[in-house]
Formats: sequence, C-alpha cells, structure tokens
Amino acid sequence: MKRKRPPLMKRRLPPRLLPSPRGREVTWRQVRVLIAKPGLDGHDRGAKVVARALRDAGMEVIYTGIRQTADAIASAAVQEGVDFVGLSCLSGAHAHLFPEVVRLLKARGAGSVKVFGGGIIPASDVPALRKAGILKVFPPGSSTQDIADWVRKESGRGKKA
Amino acid sequence: MDLEAGLQRWEAGPLKASLERLPERKARFETSSGIEVRRLYTPLEAASADYLDELGFPGEPPFTRGVQPTMYRGRYWTMRQYAGFATAEETNRRYRYLLQHGQTGLSVAFDLPTQIGYDSDHPLARGEVGKVGVAVSSLRDAETLFDGIPLGEVSTSMTINSTAAILLAMYAAVAEGHGVKTESLQGTIQNDILKEYAARGTYIFPPRPSMRVVTDLFAFCRERMPRFNPISISGYHIREAGATAVQEVAFTLANGIAYVEAALAAGLDVDGFAGRLSFFFNSHSNFLEEVAKFRACRRLWAQIMIERFQAKRPESCMLRFHTQTAGCTLTAAQPDNNVVRVAFQALAAVLGGTQSLHTNSRDEALALPTEESVRIALRTQQIIAHESGAADTVDPLGGSYCVESLTDEIEARAREYIDKIDGMGGAVAAIEAGYMQSEIAESAYRHQREVESRDRVVVGVNQFQAAEKPPRRLLRIRPEVERRQRGRLASHRRRRSGDAIASVLSGVKKAAAGTDNVVFPIMEAVKAGATLGEISDALREVFGEYKER
Repeated sequence: MKRKRPPLMKRRLPPRLLPSPRGREVTWRQVRVLIAKPGLDGHDRGAKVVARALRDAGMEVIYTGIRQTADAIASAAVQEGVDFVGLSCLSGAHAHLFPEVVRLLKARGAGSVKVFGGGIIPASDVPALRKAGILKVFPPGSSTQDIADWVRKESGRGKKA
Repeated sequence: MDLEAGLQRWEAGPLKASLERLPERKARFETSSGIEVRRLYTPLEAASADYLDELGFPGEPPFTRGVQPTMYRGRYWTMRQYAGFATAEETNRRYRYLLQHGQTGLSVAFDLPTQIGYDSDHPLARGEVGKVGVAVSSLRDAETLFDGIPLGEVSTSMTINSTAAILLAMYAAVAEGHGVKTESLQGTIQNDILKEYAARGTYIFPPRPSMRVVTDLFAFCRERMPRFNPISISGYHIREAGATAVQEVAFTLANGIAYVEAALAAGLDVDGFAGRLSFFFNSHSNFLEEVAKFRACRRLWAQIMIERFQAKRPESCMLRFHTQTAGCTLTAAQPDNNVVRVAFQALAAVLGGTQSLHTNSRDEALALPTEESVRIALRTQQIIAHESGAADTVDPLGGSYCVESLTDEIEARAREYIDKIDGMGGAVAAIEAGYMQSEIAESAYRHQREVESRDRVVVGVNQFQAAEKPPRRLLRIRPEVERRQRGRLASHRRRRSGDAIASVLSGVKKAAAGTDNVVFPIMEAVKAGATLGEISDALREVFGEYKER
C-alpha cells in the first residue's frame, strides 16, 4: 500500500528567521532541508544526526524515515517546498538511487532543489554522482559543521547567516 | 595500618604532591556510558562483594566468569567471519576461501531484498541486489550458496530476521539434499525482530505477528533442529545505531525478556527452550568498559532467568554470545589504523568470554572487504588465540578492582533501564512508543557532538590527520550481478508448476491466519519452489506491513 506522503519527524524547532536570497524583499524564510533515506537500507544513525545538527544550526529540517522510494522522496521534496535534499545510503545502492531522485525532481519541475548525499560511498563513485546532479558527497567522517556550512553557503546566505 | 587509613595517607601525601606538580588531563574521566572512571581502584570498591554469589566459578550460575569451566583452554572461540555478496556462486567461493584459511564457522550476510522479503526481480530491489550480502530468492540459490560445504560439520550463522523462517527452511532443505539430518545441524538464525524496529530496520510485519513467527521458529527448531539456536538476541545493531554500553546491555536483555515471555505465552516450557537462546554483542573501543560489559551481561541474564522466570537448569540461565567488533568505529581516514582498533576490540571480546567472534576488516568504512583485508581480520583472531596468551586462563581480568567495579556499575545501570522498560509495559511496548529509538538517537547525537568538539579523539579523523592517497583496491559489486541474478530467477520461475505453487502458498496463508506453526508450511513451500518474495507476500497478506512511526 502506498502512503500519500512520508511521515515527518514531529519535533521541529521554532522558526528562526533568515533573510531571503532575494535580498531587499522583506520575505524571511528558513532554509528548508529534506533528509531522506532512499532504498532498503536501515542504517539511519547518520541521517538522524545530520537532521538534528542542521536543525540545531537553525534550518528547518524534515526527515523522511527509512526505506523510502526515490519517487516518495521527490514528491515529499516538492510538497514541502524544500531548498535541499540530503540523501543517506550505506547499502551501496547510491549509484542507482541518488541519480533517480535527481531525475524525478527534474520531472516534477523541481530541478532547482539542491541534492547532496553521504554514506558508505567510495571516492571513486563521486565523479559519476556529481555528473548525475548530486552537488556534493560527504564521505564517512565528515563533520556536521562542514555539512551545515556547505548548505548555508549554497543557499546564498553566507557562512554566518 | 588498615586499607582505608593507608589510602588516606597516600591521598594526602604522594597523590597531592603529584597533582600539584602535574594536574590530570581532565577533571572527570568517564566511559561511553557516562560511568565515572576513578583514578585508582582498590579492594575498598569490592568490599561488599560476595565472591560466590557475584562471581562464582566458570560454568556455574551466575556465569560472571564464563559459561564453561575451562573456557578457551578446552577449545578456542569459533572464528566466524560474516560474509556474503553478489550471487550465491561468488559467496560460495568466499566461504571456501575462509574455511581453507582456518575459519571454523560460517556466517551468512544476505542482501537487503532477501532480508526484507523481496525477490531479486522486485522493483524495490533495484540497485540493492547482492550489495550488502548475497541474494537468495529461491531454494536453488541456497543450494548454490552451500554447494560443497559440509553442513553436518560446520556451524552456520545466518543474519536474517523477518524472513528467518524462509531462510531456515531453505537451509534445512539443502541439508536434506546433502543427506544430512536436520537434527544434526548446528548454527544460529538471528530471528531477533525487536531490534529491527529499534535499530536495524529490516522489519516487514507489525511487532505482534512478528513475535508469533519468532516463537513458531523456537518450536520448530526444538522439534526438528534441536542443536540450532533459534534466536540471537542482538545488542550489536543497537550499539551501532549509537547506544552506550549500558543501553546495549539493557535494551538487549529487555528484548530477551520479551522473547521469553512470548515463548511462555505460546505454551513452551522455560527449561525447554531457554538453553537455546543465544546473544550477539558489539565490542567497542573502550577496552575496560567492554570487558566489564560482557561479564555484567552474563550475571544479569542469569539473575533474570532465575528470579523472573524460575529457570531450573543452569543452561537456561547461561548467556552464550557471538561478538562482532564495532563497525561504527572504523574510519575511512587512514584505514590501516582500523586493523589496530579491531585487534583491541577483539581482545576485549576474548577477555569478556565470547563464544564466537567476527573481526571487521580495515576497508569497511568504504566498501565490503576484499579477500586480503578479510584475511588480516581473521589472522588478528588467530594471533590473539595462539600468540597472546589471553586464552590460557579463564576470565583473566576477573578480580581486577577496576573491572569488577565497572562490571557492578554496568549491571546496576542496566537494571535501572530494564525496570523503566518494565514500567512501560515491556520491550514491545517501549519500542512501539519509540522509547528505545529516541534514547539511542540521543546517545548518537551526543557522541557526534563530542567528536566535533574534540572532547572525544578519533585518531586520524579529528586529530593526527594526514594527507593520504586514495585507498587501495576496494571490492565492487558490478551491475551485471543484478542482471545475472534476475536471469537465474526467471529461469527458476519458468521451471515450476503454477498450481503447485498456489497450493503451497495457500497453506502458508492458512497457517498464518490460524494458530498452526507457520514454519512447517513454509518448508513445504520452499521445497515446492516458491520464492522468498512469494512466501513473504503470502504472509504480508495475512499479517499486514509495519510502517515506521
């Protein structure tokens, strides 16, 4: 049976307002990030730690929970209007699943959503993932600080925003 | 001068002078579980201990010192490397390689589709076939997997949970095909569904029907495979997900209590099954805490079985366990350092009295291990066994003031957790409420913060970094594997009679919907050529599927 939308993590921090990338317009909005677990992999320690760290860094974070299809992830990203999708996979299926998410985002007209990833991913797989539209792959041992800094920088809000 | 007075004199004199010259590195030293590690342990910490009650002799309750009277002086632990990748054919070759190099037991890693009840040609299996383990969709794959392996002689452990009944049935059917009686088969199926909800994620059905399949397997093994352990109650994955040592002990034993209760409720006699319960723990990096953890586990479980369940046979109270070194401590940076980490963790498991051991390979932060890396990991065990001397006496660290004190402390803290879980209505209720999951996530986050603030040093990662060349050769699972496996499955499907399959599957459904043991019709279905996915679907139809909260 297919769910309409993946369950969302209940606990969210109260919004902390950040200037929008449109500069002078007085719209204030948090960076929104979807952290997702594509495929059958159940190793969610990293995904949960990253989700919480980004939230503690002031972003609005939605975590999909484990065992999501690429399709469910892309549609959640669209429904939630996120700026970023962070994919975590430790089962070795990243080469198939990550590009699939990018493809389905584009198919839904959400090609501007920035996709990054992490997990058990050997360096030699990174060029192909980059080519498929995964902007950044964080290898094992990456700090959550580095991930948060990268997201901020890519969101155009600068390191300190 | 008595001990207390002596200690006071030492503290006021030499210690004070030393601290003034050189303050200690930290204000407080603690283990992963937040247990304070004292500067010095003396007999004062163990003053209240009653040796016979709390430690006793090896091979007798409470088994603190070990489960056999002679431990490794009689026989070493089983050296059992968890292995499986790609197709049954390739994994079979790896098994032969390991046995040839002195491994003494098999341990099967299945791929995720197999673990979650999808055949290799299912849409959700795309990209996952053969990746984290071997793909087994039908009896034919199982036959290839164990081809030429003397199943009457080796013991085989299978990491399989929600589809455990299907894989055990396949194993039994392969053995029968080799002319080996199922009664003589030795090994373990993991069959620990509770930790799948709490930490590992390969559940299919909701907890309650899953518990019923677990106890059906207990009954099946008791009748047909009495030398097989029908469960391996696992703290390993709970620890990998971020739990502390104390949480690992507490949540694992709480799950153990739930299985015993479920088996009793299903009408089994405690002394009839409890001796076949086995356990699986992690061996992490804090050496002394880990040694103490294994000892505390044994004592606490013995007490639980005696006090709570009135077990009479000593075997029923005996916590026998497999250990794997901690995968989450392996670093992608400077991977050769992992060989050293694994060696210390493995030594802790041996000093803690493990019955079998898997040592991780240095390259596992990046991929499945190569043959060369696995051989170093196996050699690490052989060096501990044959060169270190650690195996020549029983429980070598027993009586260490420090280790005994940590053992007491871990046991006491785990007991508190178990009381709390009892108060919530037991492990099943605690998991359904998300309690274990949130405790584990909290510890994982705290650990990460400590690493990032460098309160916790990880050599090569947050200190002592070095510029490196990209790692050597890694094992790669090529996309052809998935295509080949689909091809095999398609040819298997073509060769069967549709009517026969429909009939055995309806037998499975009927048993699942009623109260008959579901493992017997699953065995029939497997032998008739029904696939793992088909049997899982039959059960899904009756039991429904679980969705994460």
